[in-house]
Amino acid sequence: MEATVVRTGTEGKTWGGGNEPLKASYGKMMMWFFIVSDALTFSGFLAAYGFSRFKFIDSWPIADEVFNHFPFLHGVDAPMYYVALMTFILIFSSVTMVLAVDAGHQLKKGKVTFYMFLTIIGGLIFLGSQAWEWKNFISGTYGAVYTEGGNILQFIDTEGERVSLEEIAVPSESVRVEHQARNGVWFESEKSLPSYALEEVIAGFAANPNLLIKTEMLSEDGEKIILSREASLAKLTADAEGVIEGANLTRNEYGPPLFADFFFFITGFHGFHVLSGVIINIIIFFNVILGTYERRKNYEMVEKVGLYWHFVDLVWVFVFTFFYLV
Amino acid sequence: MAHDTAHHHESNTKRIWTVFIILSIVTLVEVVLGILKPEFLTDTAFLTMSLLNWIFIILTIYKAYYIAWAFMHLEGETKGLRRAIVWTAIFLISYLIFILLTEGGYIYEVYKNGYVAWDF
Repeated sequence: MEATVVRTGTEGKTWGGGNEPLKASYGKMMMWFFIVSDALTFSGFLAAYGFSRFKFIDSWPIADEVFNHFPFLHGVDAPMYYVALMTFILIFSSVTMVLAVDAGHQLKKGKVTFYMFLTIIGGLIFLGSQAWEWKNFISGTYGAVYTEGGNILQFIDTEGERVSLEEIAVPSESVRVEHQARNGVWFESEKSLPSYALEEVIAGFAANPNLLIKTEMLSEDGEKIILSREASLAKLTADAEGVIEGANLTRNEYGPPLFADFFFFITGFHGFHVLSGVIINIIIFFNVILGTYERRKNYEMVEKVGLYWHFVDLVWVFVFTFFYLV
Repeated sequence: MAHDTAHHHESNTKRIWTVFIILSIVTLVEVVLGILKPEFLTDTAFLTMSLLNWIFIILTIYKAYYIAWAFMHLEGETKGLRRAIVWTAIFLISYLIFILLTEGGYIYEVYKNGYVAWDF
């Protein structure tokens, strides 16, 4: 690296060049500048999320009721555990990254290789976990009915347990069939219809006296308001407009559409950062194996990619708090 | 860089593992509180937000501090670089949060009490 430093012959003078008041190399400082601007981007997104949440403060979904899946525990209500696991995976991969940087300072190639490898594995596991989280979010568990005003009506039994559309709906012959490209004039298919039509759900709801409606509105003590049997029936027949299963960008079975939009956008943007972090880590990993930094006698590249990787972890800490805890 | 290779770096492994344990414990506390949701914390409000949420946010900033200082090694940088990074972010983000959350609360009030029909 010494060879690339320009000598001006006036090093002793303050403005003579070659003076580094911040004692950080060019590359490291630029990585910090990038991180600060990226941090501002993420805070813009999270603050916008906060804005929408304050706007719909009395109808925002309760995270524990939305994110309650855990692998191999089907149908078990497991709020938070999975996302806590994801957080641990990311923090641990941050630890292996900083251990790699530490080993780099001592020019221990073998150790750097090993810790970089663990970091990449951690990143990949995190990405896989996020994909699984998205899959559960998109396909949904119970399904719901939306009203003309865009509100969500969920179904529960008298014990307060959620009931899925599958258990409620009474299949009927007269329901419209999904239009497909092969039977239309313009060879265009429509968006896939939900598994049950609204009429089937209403018929099933009317037939089963144990069912109640849980609205998306929050009561004073922060729980979703549940309607009485009569009010439920009246609400369902008067206001229901369609059936929604899972989540898309227009509607979701959890609450206001913005909730799903922000979930997709912020965790997606973060996941994209993790993905690019893993790719950069892999590039640096191969450079370490090839001995590029060994020949340079300097592992600063590992340190720089490490900064980026820790930043991704830092952002996740905030996403975790604002999507799952608060 | 000359100053990197000139003197021998000592290992910070012990510090790294200590920070990892701190971060893990804080995360565990957050998760446990998030599952239990103690009533005296959710029912007590401070500046329009429940105490539990304040605890979550403070613990998050505590974690962010350790990640930035220990893992991103801000503690070893010069004061100038550290301040340029930390204060820039803190000032801009506080402003952004203040203005957007205030506005969000205002729009909520308009929807609720104003003459705007939105739930048909």
